[in-house]
Amino acid sequence: MDDLRKRAKELLEASAVKVVIGYENGTENKTRAIFVEKPEDTGKLIFDSRCIMNLASYLTKHEVKNKGKMAVTATLPVMRAIIQLASEFQVNDSNLLVLGITPESKLIEFKDLAEVESFVHKYQIEIDVRNKEMLDKIDKMPASERWNFWIKELAPCFKCYACRAACPMCYCHRCTVDFNQPQWIPVPSHELGNLEWHIMRAVHLAGRCVDCDACYNACPLAIPLNLLTKRMLIDAKEHFGGYQPAIKAEHLMSTYKPDDKENFIL
Amino acid sequence: MNSDRRLIRKDSLEKLFKALKQNNKTIIGPALQNGKISYKISNNYSEITSDYIQTTQSSKEIAFPRTEKILAYSKNAEGMSVKGIDIKDIPEIVLWGVRPCDAIGIGELSAIFNWDYKDEIFNNRLSKVTVLGFSCSKADEYCFCTSVGGNPGNTEGSDILFTQLGENGDYLAEILTEKGSLIVSMAEALFERAGKVEKEKFLVDVPVRFNHEDVRNKLTTFFESGEWVQQSLKCLGCGACAYVCPTCACFDIQDEAHGKSGSRVRCWDSCGFSLFTLHTSGHNPREVQSQRWRQRIMHKFSYMPDRLSVFGCTGCGRCSRACPADMNILEHLISIQEATV
Ligand code: SF4
Ligand code: SF4
Ligand code: SF4
Ligand code: SF4
Repeated sequence: MDDLRKRAKELLEASAVKVVIGYENGTENKTRAIFVEKPEDTGKLIFDSRCIMNLASYLTKHEVKNKGKMAVTATLPVMRAIIQLASEFQVNDSNLLVLGITPESKLIEFKDLAEVESFVHKYQIEIDVRNKEMLDKIDKMPASERWNFWIKELAPCFKCYACRAACPMCYCHRCTVDFNQPQWIPVPSHELGNLEWHIMRAVHLAGRCVDCDACYNACPLAIPLNLLTKRMLIDAKEHFGGYQPAIKAEHLMSTYKPDDKENFIL
Repeated sequence: MNSDRRLIRKDSLEKLFKALKQNNKTIIGPALQNGKISYKISNNYSEITSDYIQTTQSSKEIAFPRTEKILAYSKNAEGMSVKGIDIKDIPEIVLWGVRPCDAIGIGELSAIFNWDYKDEIFNNRLSKVTVLGFSCSKADEYCFCTSVGGNPGNTEGSDILFTQLGENGDYLAEILTEKGSLIVSMAEALFERAGKVEKEKFLVDVPVRFNHEDVRNKLTTFFESGEWVQQSLKCLGCGACAYVCPTCACFDIQDEAHGKSGSRVRCWDSCGFSLFTLHTSGHNPREVQSQRWRQRIMHKFSYMPDRLSVFGCTGCGRCSRACPADMNILEHLISIQEATV
């Protein structure tokens, strides 16, 4: 943590970056994002196991990126998101510097995003055991039971879109669900509207979702919507040789190959 | 009507629940789902929980549902038929376990829905609701009712307010309205005469953190302050704060057509979304998140008291609890009060 503060201070003093995005203490033992612009405020920066919000979501926000070059405290999921964002031309070496935090909680600084990418590629995205078990359970359900499971789980969703707002990959200025003339998917949060919203979102994140759980952590109603994107990751692995964000990547959903398997289509 | 104070035994609450069911009341009370407390239709007393500080969502859905089909139409050979909401189809609801900061919110919401146009659907729904409030013996860091004129034992907005007299104790029942008396008449025997009870002793102490009139005055010259950007940089621009808030009333109208029939639906909306103010021309008068955050605070602490003589915030703290970015409204109001610009 001292390393992080020291480095942030140096960067701001040298005007190497305009803002350092990191974590600070929040309400009731939570942590939250802080945007440090003055060297004397770097003492507020913290890092510990409570820091789970994906700060990459802020890198595409207007009022943040307009400040100038950003440095960001980035754990592995945040770095993955950054690489995916770089491949989608949302961040680059001239607007972003990564203050990495290794899985061992050590500060690691990268010269450029290519170095971040090499670091990210040392690790595979692994779905945690608890969610894996849940997914297996859902897989084994007969179709009608699975349908009912999702209808029930998604019923409370009131379409606050906190999941979308907290997702680093949902940076679209106008999300598909926001169109109402014509409506692509029903806007109201009734049964069909909720179902279509969540299917649409999961599909848009196939091959892009970095499994950071930001969506689930953001949901005020604790709807397990991350199971859908996790399922997409498993499919990507089984049918398309896996998924690892890469700066120059062929995007899973927008790349066609004649030998693509079609056996997962129901 | 002066409040009638009675005593109801702890064990008698279940009997009261049953009596209300026998009288064909739909009871909506706090229940646990996915680790969150929400208001749900309760068929059994055991489904209701009493172990909560505040529900995740407010009770506003009883009069202002998140999705309300306000009319249905169909076309046929004879012409067009349009059907609105029939008040007879709205059930008689007893809202059970409402905290004082939620009960008072119903009045603030009513002020909006009756500002100039009287919203018939909202008023009809509300006319069928009886509010059973429960005072607070616990609070958390997010609660600030006392800073906006409320308190943990406030009777405003409840038809009956129950206050538990100590942990595991019996309840004081303050019967406050005609609707409240009607509930008592359904189980008269359960409501005993109360001796002298000092209710305040059993309420949690929620310290006053700011003065809402001071904040209101400050806001009259605060529109251009840099504080808004400072506060809202971490705001992600979602609808969580508005949707859980007992007094947020914004809605959107959507038409859903299926061939020759369809419906018009009223859906919750939020000033936190960029789409909320987007014009057809592409121009957006609230272009960035800080302007949207400013609107949220201004509306509740300046525009509403100016136009409707009520504040748009009850201090329930729900928005802060639900916020994915930990935007803590109490902290922000304190810093507005303290700001020098
Ligand atoms: S769900 Fe799809 S359209 Fe909507 S913001 Fe996310 S990626 Fe964009
Ligand atoms: S899943 Fe949760 S966070 Fe996402 S829109 Fe629904 S209620 Fe909001
Ligand atoms: S304050 Fe929080 S809940 Fe409200 S719009 Fe911003 S991020 Fe969403
Ligand atoms: S603004 Fe926040 S604290 Fe105030 S009434 Fe709404 S949800 Fe409660």
